[in-house]
Amino acid sequence: MNFQLNEEQVMFVDMVRKFCQKEIAPIAGKSDSEHLFPSETLKKLAELGLMGVSIPEEYGGSGGDYFTYILLIEELAKVCASTAVIVSVHTGLGCMSILHFGTEEQKQKYLAPLAAGEKLGAYALTEPNAGSDAASLQLSAVDKGDHFVLNGSKIWITNASQADVFITFVRSEAGSKGAQGVTCLIVERDTPGLTISKPVEKMGLNASHTCELFFDHVVVPKENVLGEVGQGFKVAMQLLDGGRIAIGAQGLGIAEGAFEYAAGYIKERQQFGKSIAANQGIQWMVADMATEIDAAKLLVYRAASLKTEGQPHGKEASMAKRYATDTAMRVTTDCVQLLGGYGYSKEYPVERYMRDAKITQIYEGTNQIQRLVIARHLLR
Amino acid sequence: MKIAVLIKQTFDTEAKIVVKEGKVDPSGVNVIINPYDEFAIEEALRIKEKVGGEVVVFSAGSDKVTESLRKALAMGADRAVRVELDGVAVDEGVVAEALAKALGEGNFDLVLTGWLAIDDRSAQVGVRVAEILNLSQINMVTQLELADGKLTGSREIEGGMEVVEVPLPALITAQRGLNEPRYPSMKGIMQAKKKELKVVNASDLNISAQPKVEVKDVFLPKAKEAGKIYKDDMAAAVSALVKALREEAKVI
Ligand SMILES: Cc1cc2nc3c(=O)[nH]c(=O)nc-3n(C[C@H](O)[C@H](O)[C@H](O)COP(=O)(O)OP(=O)(O)OC[C@H]3O[C@@H](n4cnc5c(N)ncnc54)[C@H](O)[C@@H]3O)c2cc1C
Repeated sequence: MNFQLNEEQVMFVDMVRKFCQKEIAPIAGKSDSEHLFPSETLKKLAELGLMGVSIPEEYGGSGGDYFTYILLIEELAKVCASTAVIVSVHTGLGCMSILHFGTEEQKQKYLAPLAAGEKLGAYALTEPNAGSDAASLQLSAVDKGDHFVLNGSKIWITNASQADVFITFVRSEAGSKGAQGVTCLIVERDTPGLTISKPVEKMGLNASHTCELFFDHVVVPKENVLGEVGQGFKVAMQLLDGGRIAIGAQGLGIAEGAFEYAAGYIKERQQFGKSIAANQGIQWMVADMATEIDAAKLLVYRAASLKTEGQPHGKEASMAKRYATDTAMRVTTDCVQLLGGYGYSKEYPVERYMRDAKITQIYEGTNQIQRLVIARHLLR
Repeated sequence: MKIAVLIKQTFDTEAKIVVKEGKVDPSGVNVIINPYDEFAIEEALRIKEKVGGEVVVFSAGSDKVTESLRKALAMGADRAVRVELDGVAVDEGVVAEALAKALGEGNFDLVLTGWLAIDDRSAQVGVRVAEILNLSQINMVTQLELADGKLTGSREIEGGMEVVEVPLPALITAQRGLNEPRYPSMKGIMQAKKKELKVVNASDLNISAQPKVEVKDVFLPKAKEAGKIYKDDMAAAVSALVKALREEAKVI
């Protein structure tokens, strides 16, 4: 397997890096401390075609491949993990769900403005009583002929404070259990009866807003069924395979960003008459971190390239997500350690990376669930 | 409006320069479009977006500069021409003639380029091309306006601004402040490969100029020495300092 970037990808990464350094890095700290949703950044990303990288041009996207999209998420996460998850939920789940399962009409109506970045997408699967066990979801959708009526709630919905379109998973068959009887619907933000809570206060990832959704007799027309009635859980799982690669890339980027900062710092900081990098104990930490980051990168790139080539990638996606996000947690924790008291201070960026790293081990399937998935692939 | 932009590939401003055998060692060094030439590209694209036309980028150099030409295409230029200098001994005069000849029959209304390349810093190619092609020129422009077939360029001069008007065809050299170059968009990057990139051999251009400048040596500035502290008693320290300023630093 060859992960050499092609000429376009090299130019793409170069452009994204410059953009991130100039437009995102200077505001990432403030966006975190003041919990500011980066609307301006998203507008600029849209102008550059970066809100729909992997969506064909005919549907408002930029016509790139999935691998290029993963490179984008990695680069964004190096400077701002919040921006990375906003884009990955929007593109990887919001746009890609309609691309893969939508009718031509749905693509014209919903995908085109999403991929162009004129609208923002969200993905609503998790419920208060259905987290890791997503198939136990209860949001009820009663079939009324040409429409469904929704009652219930969703929780932890990324982008909900700003999103225009929610890819929403409902139980369309009363009394059904598990994956049976789940349907995926496209729900518009301003549908009467849908209310969105204030963003939940979190440990990190503060520029990304996560809210609860409440559905009170929300009417959704049947033409907004994504895929087939009763087949929604397949949609959810297929999307999450891709989504997990993106979260792996997010973890990878977080680790790389923190590592780069800390590696610079330890060469400058002097104690006992020499730089702290001159201590062998520190050098071993650096060597281990760099090795783990490289291993994470190879896993993420392998999964991304399998998906890009249309090959099965479920197990590889889970391996990449599990390993890259655990690496992000270890590396960022060590980076805080390398900066000592300054690492723990909000004056330096590494504590933000550490807080942001934690969530990558939890969402889009906790790392325990990834292990279940991997084992299921191995033992079937 | 037919616009040509002359660009040079240079080392990244953040690159660590290593000198080997009297030459800058290019291995492993990131290359970029000379930043002043990027201003020229941006200005060309803005003019094209306003009045329509075509933007053609030119660069003289080996296959390596293709990367920079592609980037200009990704930013929005329509096509590119690379002047292959293989086998031709060059200095700024020769490069200028090669570019001028390559521009030759193109009937360009406007030629834009950076006023200076950040590597050799000789600031000659733009002005020489204008002279060879007999174009009116404004140099080190920080603001450019096009109206009624005339160009008005503002340039900083000692203590103020000078506003110069020239008829077309003209050559403009760009100074920092002219604009903020755009990032190539994703679509631009995807299209760049499909755009025309022509290679012209300098040896086919009947260049008459001979290099008049020879680079004798290239070396890095001396490493900064640690500061010196004069700690004798005050009178002795002052006179030692004054002596050093006069004889070592030669500033007084
Ligand atoms: C910031 C943030 C953003 C999110 N964004 C979205 C979003 O946009 N859309 C969306 O639908 N959801 C989103 N989520 C939800 C997220 O995917 C869930 O939180 C996650 O799947 C875990 O579910 P839970 O929180 O209910 O934990 P639980 O399922 O209650 O798990 C608690 C613990 O038990 C472990 N556990 C559970 N079952 C098993 C098992 N069988 N074996 C071993 N261990 C197990 C888990 O690994 C975990 O450690 C988001 C969450 C957060 C915090």
